[in-house]
Amino acid sequence: MLSIHVTTPPTTERSSSRRFRFNWVDSFLWFIRIFAIITIVVGLTGSIQGFLAGEGPSVEQWRDLFISSVSTGAMYGLIALGYSMVYGVLGFINFAHGEVFMSGIMVGWISATLMFENGFWDANPFAALAVILLVAMFTSTLVAVVVERIAYRPLRNAPRLIPLITSIGVSFFLQYVFAGLFGVGVNSYPPPPGNLGNDVIIFGVPIEGTKILVIGVSILAMIGLWFFVARTKTGRAMRAVAEDKEIAGLMGINVDRTIVTTFAVGGAMAGVAGLLWALLFRGVIFTTGFLPGIKAFTAAVMGGIGNLPGAMLGGVLLGLFEGMGPLLVLDGLGIPAVSQLKDAVAFAALILVLVFRPSGLLGERLGSEDRV
Amino acid sequence: MRRPVKYGILGGITMSFLAGIGMVESFADRMLIDPVLNMGYLVLYGIVAVYGNMAARSEPNPLEEPSYEKGSSALAGLMTGLIAGLGAAIFVVLVDSVDMTRYFPNFRPELVEVMTFGLELIPGLVALIAVSGAAGAVGAVVLGLEASRRHRVAATVGWVLGFALFQVVVTDILDIAPALARVFYAPLGGLEWYMAVIIGAVAYFLSGRSKGKAKSVIETVRTAERWSGVRWSVYAFAGIALLLPWLVLGGIVNELLINVFLYVLMGLGLNIVVGYAGLLDLGYVAFFAVGAYGTALLTSSLSPTVTPELSWWVALPFVVGLAAIAGLLVGTPVIRMRGDYLAIVTLGFGEIVRILLLSDWLVPYFGGSQGIRQIPGIQVGPWEVSGVDPQYFVYFAAFFAGLAAFISYRAQNSRVGRAWAAMREDEDVAEAIGVSTVKAKLLAFITGAVVASFAGALFSAKVGAVFTNSFDVLVSLIILVVVIVGGMGSIPGVILGAFVLIGILGGPKSPGLLAEFSEYKLLVYGALLIYMMLKRPEGLWPSARRSRELHADELTQDAWLDKGGDFVSDGEQGAPA
Repeated sequence: MLSIHVTTPPTTERSSSRRFRFNWVDSFLWFIRIFAIITIVVGLTGSIQGFLAGEGPSVEQWRDLFISSVSTGAMYGLIALGYSMVYGVLGFINFAHGEVFMSGIMVGWISATLMFENGFWDANPFAALAVILLVAMFTSTLVAVVVERIAYRPLRNAPRLIPLITSIGVSFFLQYVFAGLFGVGVNSYPPPPGNLGNDVIIFGVPIEGTKILVIGVSILAMIGLWFFVARTKTGRAMRAVAEDKEIAGLMGINVDRTIVTTFAVGGAMAGVAGLLWALLFRGVIFTTGFLPGIKAFTAAVMGGIGNLPGAMLGGVLLGLFEGMGPLLVLDGLGIPAVSQLKDAVAFAALILVLVFRPSGLLGERLGSEDRV
Repeated sequence: MRRPVKYGILGGITMSFLAGIGMVESFADRMLIDPVLNMGYLVLYGIVAVYGNMAARSEPNPLEEPSYEKGSSALAGLMTGLIAGLGAAIFVVLVDSVDMTRYFPNFRPELVEVMTFGLELIPGLVALIAVSGAAGAVGAVVLGLEASRRHRVAATVGWVLGFALFQVVVTDILDIAPALARVFYAPLGGLEWYMAVIIGAVAYFLSGRSKGKAKSVIETVRTAERWSGVRWSVYAFAGIALLLPWLVLGGIVNELLINVFLYVLMGLGLNIVVGYAGLLDLGYVAFFAVGAYGTALLTSSLSPTVTPELSWWVALPFVVGLAAIAGLLVGTPVIRMRGDYLAIVTLGFGEIVRILLLSDWLVPYFGGSQGIRQIPGIQVGPWEVSGVDPQYFVYFAAFFAGLAAFISYRAQNSRVGRAWAAMREDEDVAEAIGVSTVKAKLLAFITGAVVASFAGALFSAKVGAVFTNSFDVLVSLIILVVVIVGGMGSIPGVILGAFVLIGILGGPKSPGLLAEFSEYKLLVYGALLIYMMLKRPEGLWPSARRSRELHADELTQDAWLDKGGDFVSDGEQGAPA
């Protein structure tokens, strides 16, 4: 994570002055760390006291909040996989991945509306969802692959920041293409089909059906991805390319094709996440991809970028942080209307993770250029 | 004949795409040359002409001189245009026969009407294909003209379109003589067709005469004695140019200039951070917000808690100090972060600032979504200059933009400027040769923040109120696009970028000269950014150093080719023998 700094032995005068400057930055970082810990502890104590005094949300509300945070987090995790895989292989942040996610939801919305109108939606709820899933996965995969072909492939050997800047351009472009095609208003999915929206009792706890479905689908997708990366030949090629493109090429791996596969798989996961978004929030607009995209990147960094289980873990944690953090910590500090600060908490979490543990929770796995 | 088919298909897709996202239809409302050409058709068939031109070029082969045969290249262009038109026609038929407005609001009968020139479907489609074929052929024929003729044609088209597209500016200048404006432009907008013919003819016959003259004038001025008449006439010209905004330009153009100068200011500030020091800051708008809100708190009488009601000039040093502290606070935690992490974290910082300013929590200080109103203008003696009189305010904007340019220019080759360059190239090596990267990075952040705070202070004095929605992440990204399209690390580049993008296309919240673009400008921004990164990463007006860096490989390759080296078979590249 840190670029390698030359550590000179502290014998000469010069290096001792350098050490002093480093300490200045370090002490500021320590100040941030201590400040963050104190804030969290004070906030938590305040919230717990409030809870014991019978104020604030009840136990049931906390439980519902927890479940919806986990399901949102699972969705972040699925998007994060795309960031993580592309970062692992090419070493740049694909800023447009949020738009890949959005494209799946958008096109999925057409199929959902069509099915809703001819009654298929309520008659065969699971088949309908499967259709949306396929449509969303297909669209997202297609968009990801086309973007890779047009915008990223020519930049394979460009300086690091150039693909990142390009991806910002791609992100703008895709957003406004979808704004032009689908209009700038919110397009709403029909309400969840059949009795999916009803509560299901699991271990005596009532949980909304869609949330169970969301969590279940993400676990399945994660297992599928793990199997693909760890057990198949293509997956092995992918890991080899992530390790070292040049040597992988010498070993007879088609590097370009493997990179396309990486984008495709990342896109497919974003498509799955698109279905989950549709189930959780229903509304989709051309800017839908932006915030979840950035948050998913945050999740990928949190879990350790390049690390796939880490991305999923980071997603769930980020969902919990932003879902429960405001009420759990900020409320205890006496801040009003904490739910407005949800996004700020997510970004603060990113900054804190990078200050505390820059390599992420499960440690990052990087290509050879980064390790030096 | 493979190229015409390829470019024809691409053209058809592009035409359908432009029509499908509603661009053609909404641009069609803007007449350019009164009865003949509107902007929608210009975009639609302009693209076809470009594709026709590309199809007529011979296959790029470095070993052969490009060759054109008049007849066959025109034919290739015609083919391309016809195929593209056919593609668009298929799209139109699709839109006409299947009702998809529910999903794609732009796929509606009005679109079909525009695309078929308001005719019946079948004759309209024939006309569409024919016009498209003609446009492709014209694009190809231009390629075959000899160089001097080609320049003349380009000048003609450029001047006519310039007059037509920038109608706002021309009428604004002709404000003194409205009758003259009526001679030029039709009542419902658009150049009168006979004026188009006159302007075109004048441009055609006059172009080519000025060739080389500009260069010789510059040379005369450059070599002139310090106190000679030539020098004085240059100063006189500069003085007159300075008076232009006040005396000649109207409100709209001045307003636009202020916007452009604000973006020049911020672009130059970001250029220090991104272009000089190589730190990709995506949260730059936060410093702009610090400047604007700082000024608002210190000067406004309606600021909720803090109301010292200072004058703008007294507040400025405090605001600058505040911005410097903000730069330090953002810079320190990110100092050890790698390039792309830095980008995303600064983006996070920018968003946190905006969310906090908007939140109910800080309403008692910053007014939340209500913002802070009643910010006084800039005091000059007994007067107060604000955005109400753009013809005066533009001087302040220009002054600070000039100041930023001066700071950038002086910093570029100073000790710290060289430290930035070294750090941008390779941080570890810079560290090893004794550059304190910590200090250099923090200085870059602080300088950038200070420059942005000037822009913020000007902005709040101009608008008279600050709201959080002027500070969303889009602004950061747009400033970045200005810097990149103009040329990273290049002062004239950034200025040019701001004029082209903000002045013509428009900024995130303000329309530019081509107000029709407002709905699609971000699409254009995105496309431009991708194009620039792929084809010309050094920008429109590159800094010498940067373009050398980016084309280092090509230079070695060129040198190698010049030496007549033969192709190496084992895939080794670069190193000339």
